[in-house]
Amino acid sequence: MSHTIPLHYFLIVSTLMFFTGVAGFIIRRNLITILMSVELMLNSVNINFVAFNRYLYPDQMQGHFFTLFIVAIAAAEAAVAIALIINIYRKFNSIEVDHVDEMKY
Amino acid sequence: MKLQDLLLIRHELLLTLTALILIVAEIFIDDKSKKKIVPLALFLMIVVTAAGILFPVNGTAFGGMYQTDALRSAMKTILDIATVIIILQSYGWVSKKVNQNKTSEFYILMISTLVGMNFMISSGDFLMLYLGLELATIPIAAMAAFDRHKSNSAEAGIKLILSSALSSAVLLYGLSLIYGTTGSIYFEEVRAAFRIEPLPILGLVFFVTGMGFKISLVPFHLWTADVYEGSPIAVTSFLSVVSKGAAVFIFTFVLYTVFAPVSAFWSQVLVVLSVTTMTVGNLFALRQENMKRFLAFSSIAQAGFILLGILGQGEQGFGSVIFFLLVYVFTNLAAFSVVAAISDKTGKENMADYNGLYKTNPNLSLIMMLALFSLAGIPPVAGFFGKLFLFSAAASNGYYWLLFVAVMNATISLYYYLRPVRAMFIEKNDNPIPTFKSDIYMRIGIAVSVAGIFLTGFISAIYEYYLSISNLF
Repeated sequence: MSHTIPLHYFLIVSTLMFFTGVAGFIIRRNLITILMSVELMLNSVNINFVAFNRYLYPDQMQGHFFTLFIVAIAAAEAAVAIALIINIYRKFNSIEVDHVDEMKY
Repeated sequence: MKLQDLLLIRHELLLTLTALILIVAEIFIDDKSKKKIVPLALFLMIVVTAAGILFPVNGTAFGGMYQTDALRSAMKTILDIATVIIILQSYGWVSKKVNQNKTSEFYILMISTLVGMNFMISSGDFLMLYLGLELATIPIAAMAAFDRHKSNSAEAGIKLILSSALSSAVLLYGLSLIYGTTGSIYFEEVRAAFRIEPLPILGLVFFVTGMGFKISLVPFHLWTADVYEGSPIAVTSFLSVVSKGAAVFIFTFVLYTVFAPVSAFWSQVLVVLSVTTMTVGNLFALRQENMKRFLAFSSIAQAGFILLGILGQGEQGFGSVIFFLLVYVFTNLAAFSVVAAISDKTGKENMADYNGLYKTNPNLSLIMMLALFSLAGIPPVAGFFGKLFLFSAAASNGYYWLLFVAVMNATISLYYYLRPVRAMFIEKNDNPIPTFKSDIYMRIGIAVSVAGIFLTGFISAIYEYYLSISNLF
């Protein structure tokens, strides 16, 4: 197997993506954008799994399969989350988190 | 795949079948009498529980992805019993007019969640753990937002799904690092290949963080109080007992098996988490006025005590944790049942509304007092023994100063557990909650919880049984 791109390039990209997602989750004020940040984190995990699988353990497929399951579950999670966001919009007429703060402390 | 493998997962199959039967039954029950689904769901859950107790299974299926033994079967039984009690206590709420058209969905979601928890408990690799965890959390978010006419409930749902998605992502990132350094996702192979190096330890930290969200340990607890307050009470009790119990079990299990070679590392983390969880949970519980929020912080504090048991390690650690979870099921469900009974009839959930409750509803007051005493750990009831075993597990491993902090916290907790008791028995109220009679389901549910509080306290054979099946490590 000829490696043109070294493994750590993938890891740098995935780490950046993961922490961009964490930052987005904390900083962003729009529920949809927060959901997108979570998806970014999940996709960085996917890159990790596939890269590790391809470069370090090419004779097994565990990482690839894990990725497939993560993709499927992320879709299910997004479906439920968006349904709940629509529910929020009907109740509060807004999907900004600053308006969804009836319960505190 | 062999037929043998399918027989091993029969508990999960039975639960899936239960959910499917409820979906089909939904078609045949007309819209006016949807609450007829409750006896059906109750009956099916009792059958599944009985089958789980009478015919325990041992073995490994699907190439090691699924494992079951006496310990895991015992945990599944605890969750089944808790679900039965929650079905009983939810009757008054689901049979209200606003929930008329969506009664069956509630039970279908609840039982699918339980299927996820069962798979999570029985997982033999990280993929199954993750799948079970997600199946156990996604439906709960829909359940939390079940009161569609209340904005609090919508808020609880979105807070739950976003924080659990975040925690899953953190958990997965940890798993990807562990996979990258050990080359496997199977528990046994990971354990064999685990090296004390920065990257796998980082993976362990991410794993503990992700699970900490699910168990609501203290830096990761911020979603808990809001979700518990906003959700319907049946969902709150499900979250605080069943969901938390399953997560605690698999967390302990993975720490004891997969991460056993690095127990020196994770026990330091758990000591810090335990101290912060107990202290912060207790201090915030002091000032709560809403009963659900109060019980939310109480359950955060209890999670800190559970960590003491996990720190005990070995069979004593695991035995005390499982026994505490059983005690906690009965105790917390008794408290939540009383809150649910009062909320169903009057809609009141604040502590000030409970003033003078003993004059009008002496039985409910006494049950609430019993449950709170058990949560606080006052001797004759089961909560005392649960805490005693957790503390002695930690002491047997030499965590004396941690034990001192825990005893201090138990003393603080006594103050706020006695606040509702004071409100019910001593405070005067010109306009107390009127005398009422709950429906038969609620009364049976409360009776089962109270019987559980006493029986688990008095029958020492239960703890000895848990101790005898936890010697796997």
